[in-house]
Order: sequence, then C-alpha cells, then structure tokens
Amino acid sequence: MKITIDNREVEAREGQTILEAARENGIEIPALCYHPDLCVKANCRMCVVEIEGVAAPQAACATKIKEGTKVVTQSENLTALRKTNLELLLGQHRRNCPQCVWQGKCALLKYAAELKADLNAHLLRNPEPEIIKFGPIILDRSKCINCRNCVDMCSRQTGSKRGNEDECKSDGFLELEGRGYESRISPSSDEKKDCIYCAQCVVHCPVGALDVESAVEAVDALLKDRKGKTLVVQFAPSIRASIGEMFGIPHGQVVTGQLVASLKKLGFDKVFDTNMAADLTTVEEAKELVQRVKENKPLPMFTSCCPAWIRYVEFFRPDLIPHITTVKSPQNMLGSLIKTRWAENNNINPEDIVSVSVMPCAAKKYDAFKPEEKINGLAPADFVLTTRELGRLLQKNRIDLKAMLEEIADDPFGVYTGAGTIFGATGGVTEAAARTAHWLITGKNLEKVDFEGVRGIVGLKKAEIEIGGVKLKIAVANGMENAKMVLDDLAKDPKAYDYVEVMACPGGCIGGGGQPLPVNDEIRKKRAQGLYSDDAAKTIRLAHESPAVKAVYDDLQNDEHKIHEILHTHYAQKGKSEIIK
Amino acid sequence: MEIIEKLKQANLRGRGGAGFPAWQKWQMVKDAPGETKYVVCNVSEGEPAVAKDGHILEKWPDIVIEGIKLAMEEVGAKKGYLYLRHDYFDKFKNALAEIIGARAIKIIREPGGYLGGEETALLDSIEGKAVEPRIKPPFPPQEGLFGYPTLINNLETLYFAARIARGEYKNTRFYTIAGDCACPGVFERGESLTIKEILGKTGNWPKDEFFVQAGGGASGTIMLSDELEVPLSGAGSIVIYNKAKTDPRQLGLKWINFFINENCGKCVPCREGVYRLREIFSGEPLDIARAQSIVKLLAAASFCPFGKGVANSIGSLSEKLL
Repeated sequence: MKITIDNREVEAREGQTILEAARENGIEIPALCYHPDLCVKANCRMCVVEIEGVAAPQAACATKIKEGTKVVTQSENLTALRKTNLELLLGQHRRNCPQCVWQGKCALLKYAAELKADLNAHLLRNPEPEIIKFGPIILDRSKCINCRNCVDMCSRQTGSKRGNEDECKSDGFLELEGRGYESRISPSSDEKKDCIYCAQCVVHCPVGALDVESAVEAVDALLKDRKGKTLVVQFAPSIRASIGEMFGIPHGQVVTGQLVASLKKLGFDKVFDTNMAADLTTVEEAKELVQRVKENKPLPMFTSCCPAWIRYVEFFRPDLIPHITTVKSPQNMLGSLIKTRWAENNNINPEDIVSVSVMPCAAKKYDAFKPEEKINGLAPADFVLTTRELGRLLQKNRIDLKAMLEEIADDPFGVYTGAGTIFGATGGVTEAAARTAHWLITGKNLEKVDFEGVRGIVGLKKAEIEIGGVKLKIAVANGMENAKMVLDDLAKDPKAYDYVEVMACPGGCIGGGGQPLPVNDEIRKKRAQGLYSDDAAKTIRLAHESPAVKAVYDDLQNDEHKIHEILHTHYAQKGKSEIIK
Repeated sequence: MEIIEKLKQANLRGRGGAGFPAWQKWQMVKDAPGETKYVVCNVSEGEPAVAKDGHILEKWPDIVIEGIKLAMEEVGAKKGYLYLRHDYFDKFKNALAEIIGARAIKIIREPGGYLGGEETALLDSIEGKAVEPRIKPPFPPQEGLFGYPTLINNLETLYFAARIARGEYKNTRFYTIAGDCACPGVFERGESLTIKEILGKTGNWPKDEFFVQAGGGASGTIMLSDELEVPLSGAGSIVIYNKAKTDPRQLGLKWINFFINENCGKCVPCREGVYRLREIFSGEPLDIARAQSIVKLLAAASFCPFGKGVANSIGSLSEKLL
C-alpha cells in the first residue's frame, strides 16, 4: 500500500508500523527502546510523529499504517518534544563515553547532536557508578534508561518466552524492580532463575548500561611484559566476518589474513585458527552421532559448541545432560591441544604457555574456566577476549586491521576447511557434521556438499536428511526462545529429533553477545554470507579431509583413549551465579 | 427500544472522565466477534477529592448491579467484574455479594493505586500482571481482558445506564464538591449546568476570592473564578481553593508528589518528567520555562492518559497562578 511520509509517497506493507515503513524507505525516526529483534514497548517516546487526522502525536513504533496514512516525522513541534524527552533521558544516563561499549557511537549522542539537546540539562540522578556483576556480565544502573530491551531479551533467553510469541514478557533473569521513577533493572534473586552469559542483553542495550567483563588490560600487559611466557592466540570462526566492522570494513567481509597479521603485530608468538578445531569438533561429533544411532544411545544428540546453551542445560535442564555430545567446544579443544600435544612436541612447559582466545561470545569466558574443562590442571584458555575487546586492543596499540597485509595462521593449527568456517553461523555445525557423517556411514564423500535446508538465519529450522539409508530428524535453533520450542517438542515426543543444534544467540555466533555493535538481522545475514562464501571458496570443504585434522589424529596415534582425554569433556548440574553488588 | 438506542438518545457519556459516548462502546463490544466477552465495572476512583462512585455504591448498590447485568446481557458477556478500590471493597463487598447472588459477577479488590483506573492497566491488574497501561490499539472492546472483547465502564456510567433502561434518567451527573466551601459533599445535578451554577445551587459559591480545580483532585484543570461559566469536564469533582490561603506552588508540589507515587514508571515523560517537575517545584528560583516544556511533553507524548492528567493540572496551575 501507499502511505505518505514527510510529503513523500512511499510503498509500505500491510501490518507494518510507521517506524518500520519509514526505516524500510530510508527515513530514520529517532528511537531508543525499539529494536527489530524485540517486542514493541513504546516507552522511550522518542519516535513520536504527527499523523494527519489524529490530534496528538503518536509513537511510530506502536502505530500500524493504513492505506493513505500521512505522517510527519520532522517538525518544529516534534523536535521540541524529542529534545525535552531526550534531555530527561540524559539526566538518567551517567555518561562514560570513552569506556562505553558503544565507543561514542550510540543513539543518545547521535540524537543529542541532531536535536541540539543539552547533555547537562538536568543534574544526573545517579552520579556514581552502580555496578552489579553476574558471571561475565556487568550492569551499571547509573547508565540505564529503563528501555527494557534487556528484560524482553532475557525473557527470550532465560524466561518463558517462545519464538512464536510477540508480546513483551519480563520473567527472565533480568527483571524490573520497583515502580515509578524508582523502577530499576535487576538480576533476579529467584533461585530458579539464572544468567546463561549469552550477553544478548549487552548487544540490545542502546546506551551501554550492560557490558562484558574485559580482559583487554590483562592481555595488553602480558603482550608488553611477557614474563618468559609463550603467548598463543586462537580466533573463532565468526570473528573473521565481523571484526572488520570496527575498522570501517563493510559488514560480512571476511578478513582472516588481516586479522592474523594484526594478531602477529600485537606480538603473539603463535596465531592459530579455531576453525581448525571446528573441523576436528565436526569429525568427533559426527563419529559420536553415528555411534549413538548405531548403539541406541540417548538421542537426540545436542551440540555443545555454544557455552550459553550448555549453561542453560546445566542450570535449567540438567536432566538433558546425557544428550549433549561429549565433544569439547572448538575453543577448549584447541586450547587443550595447545597445552598438551603442542607443548610436548615443542618442548614447552604447558605452564609457561598463555593461551588467549578471541571469541564472539561472553559465555566462552565462563566455558574456558569450568573445572570440567581443565586439562592436567590447566585451563584451555587463560584469557578470552570478545571480538569487541580484540578491536579495542588493536585500537589501543594503534594497529589498523584494514591497513594490514594478509598473513596466514601458524602450523599445526592454522589450516581449515569450509566445514569449520561455517560453525560461526546457525546451521553451520549441522551442515559440517552431516558432510562428515555421510563419509562415516557410506565411506564416500558427498558430491554436493551444500545443505541448503539448514542454512539461513531463521530462528528454527527443521529438516530430515537421509545418509546412506539412515534417516535423521534434525532441528537447528538459534536464540533460546527457539531452542525452548525444540525442548517443548521433545517433551511431547522424545523421538521428535535425532540431532539438535542450538546456538543461544540470534543467527548463531555471528550474532554473538561479544560481537561489534550494532546488530540486527540485516547485519547478521551479511556476516553469515561472509562465512558461507569463505566455505564456498575453499578447495577442501569436508572436515575429515583437513590435513591439520589428520595430523592431530596421527599425533594422537588414533588412540581413542587419548582422543577422549584431550578432545572430550563432561557436564554437571550447576547452581545459581553469584550476584555481586 | 433497544438499550443501546436508549443510551444514544440519552447521550450518556463515560463518567470516568474521558467522556466517550457510552452507546458506542457498548455497540463495539456487542459487534465484536466471539463467544467470550467481559464487562468490567471500574470503581477505581483514584482521583483525590472524587467520592461520587463511593456515594452511589453506598446509596444504590442494587442499581449498580442492575447496570452491570444489563450491560452483560446486551453485549453478550457471560462474566462481569466489579473492580473496587481497596477501601470500597472492604466496606461494600458483603452487601454487594448479597445483591449479586448467583450472578456471574466477580468482585475484585484493586491492589491499590491511581493508575489502576486506566482501563488497560486495570485489565492487567485483573490478569495478575504488573499494573501498567497497554499499547492501544487494540482497544479493550476489540481485545480486552485475557484478550477477549471487554466493555469497561465507570460505575456511574453503568448506574445511569440502569436508570435510562428504567426510564428514570434526567440528564444528571454526580459532582463531588470539596475544599474551601460551605457545604462539601456529593451532589446530583444537571450535567449541562455550568460550574458557576452548580456552586451556586449547592450553596458553595465562596465569598472570598478563589479558584477551583475542576475534573479531578489531582489531574483536574485550574479554573479562575471568572472562567466558570462552562459545564464540568473530566472526572466529577470541583475543589475550591481560597486564593489568599493557598500557596499555588505548594499545591502544585502536593499534586506532583501524588503523581510521583502513583506513576508506573513505564514511559519517559511520566517517569523522568514528573521526577524533574518535583525538582523544579522544589528548587529556587522556580524555572517555569523548564516546567512548561516538560508539561508540553507530558501532554503530547506520554504513553497513557496519566501524563496528560499531570500536564492538565500542573500546566494550568503554572499558566494561571505562577
């Protein structure tokens, strides 16, 4: 249908709100509590617009269009209203821009400039930081503007909200406390609720009131004074398709070579690629799946690469632990190899190795330090940096990733296949595993390796694939609100699926809680496309064909005992996180 | 004649304050598709100095129940709710329960709070959720209680609906008169009378210089003594203030404190705006320009009528008395 926005006739679709129709036509209406991933709350009131025939201004985010709707998004009156409103919000927001996760690129500052708002119109309500920590997440309530984005997000991740529900919910770990001007966001004290460390609250907070605990300073200090240690770094599949954004590179452009060069310039002794371990994970997982099917062991088998999902199971659904593959996450698999086989082969004392990993994720910070993950008493990674933190570390050291000449990652963990790289997008683990499972079952490689049915950033995909006469029912979920729907299906019919891939974050790791800001479907699609084109460009696209993977099996002499000791783990029921105020 | 037609001819408007034609609301719920519908009688009566719903409950509880029953039959609702302010609940529940008898009308005790009177917040409250307004549309006649078409009427509206059905309506409404006056109380008088006439007819026209707050004891409009030749709009109250004895700024602050306590905190204009109004009204010198810009924002951009009420009283006070 046609509507008119600011005297311009534009095409819009039935069911759209004014805000959606405007944005789709390149007209930006200011908004803070609106996020395309979330429910409409209409509480920030920045998006008020004038509608012909309607007396008072209306919130564009909550008003559906009608044929012929005429909207004015900019007027003297609206500017005055938005300015007053923004100044009220700024009085609630303690600014700490240089340290902020938004790095000065937030909507508050942008709108303040556009509306000529006075940043100091009101005395700050909370002039001192008001920090609450839980797991790797830091909430500073002196910055919070009560938009409730985190509350909706958390109800999806840890509360009752399902992927097919639109209405706002607030029963997750992050909840609303108090009323009126005293209402605050608060972690729940309910013993049955907990954080899963996905950090989706962080990437959906418009004002940087939530962030992830940083390891930048610690890693930077070590790089400058290495204290006789060998510094080894690995970076996850999705990083190559997202970190460029922090250096002015278009969304989704794969920058593996420049990333490796940047890490070397920082001073790491060895730069390894987690993709290599993703290949190894694929082979181990495919082996386990085939074995579970053949030996009638618990099915479905759940993937384990996403630590927020694992934490969800360990806290909320420990009854499902037997279903999780025992294969380690790629980060911990590579970390374990570094501190065992690689250390031994290079005559380095494992205790003299500092293992750093760059992950799209806050939960990996937890994953690396779980007691079950220790190998010979050592953590597989000593420091975990998020994508954003690595960007910061590079900026701090005046390294412009965009200007770097490409280099290649180091042997023996530098070479990867197309299977490993797609781990970073939802459905990628499933596709990689299916390619290798085919080889395990039939003894032959696939001619066409693409499994289109499990691709795409849709929240929940269901597929049935047949491999050498074995039929497998598969579910691929991203976002816990969709994973919970799979668990609902399984509660009704335990045999509903044979294999379930879960990534707690929307779109998988490319939409991870440690990724650069901002994030939305469009950006996630581009990052995923980056990974799929990386896969398509690879000569080797089957994990089991990876020379680096073969070398690991040779090194382990194909000894299942050794393989299990280094590449597999176990899980245990977990208690509630400590909330530190 | 059908009751809806009678309501239309009597031109009965909602007596909660918004003044929406009653027959239209009834018609919308009646026409709404579906088997399940509800009728809710709103006796939240949260405005300070408004006591007319309590007065009606005290004197004619049977007519009120008759009005609810009439509405349920007309719109096709199998269940009704009587949503009572907590003190009214405690006082009248036994008497009301007796009149209700076996009818499917449930008496609910309002958990407390002014915002419970906002119709969508009221629905959330009955549903056991946090008392906050919902996004409209959908309006309650389309999707109300538990998502079903719901008729929400103020108690006085339903009372008069029953009177209209009986042929006993004489175009009156109830006025609560309070403040610096000779005969405070609740009075039933013609709805087209001017405020001046009402004060005169009830023996409440003050001798000394005065102003009134009309249409609610917190959200009502400040009107000067020469502005009273108009009928009352908003909630049914007129509060009289002796001009010499009243410090308008302290009066404003009293309302602001009321609004601060009753505010749900959902939208920025109310949560932050009212907070800053308190700061401005408590500070020296009084920054009227800043207060006015917040008032404008509250009037134009608040999520629900709450902010408009704040703007109404604080705006007219600032404009006329400060």
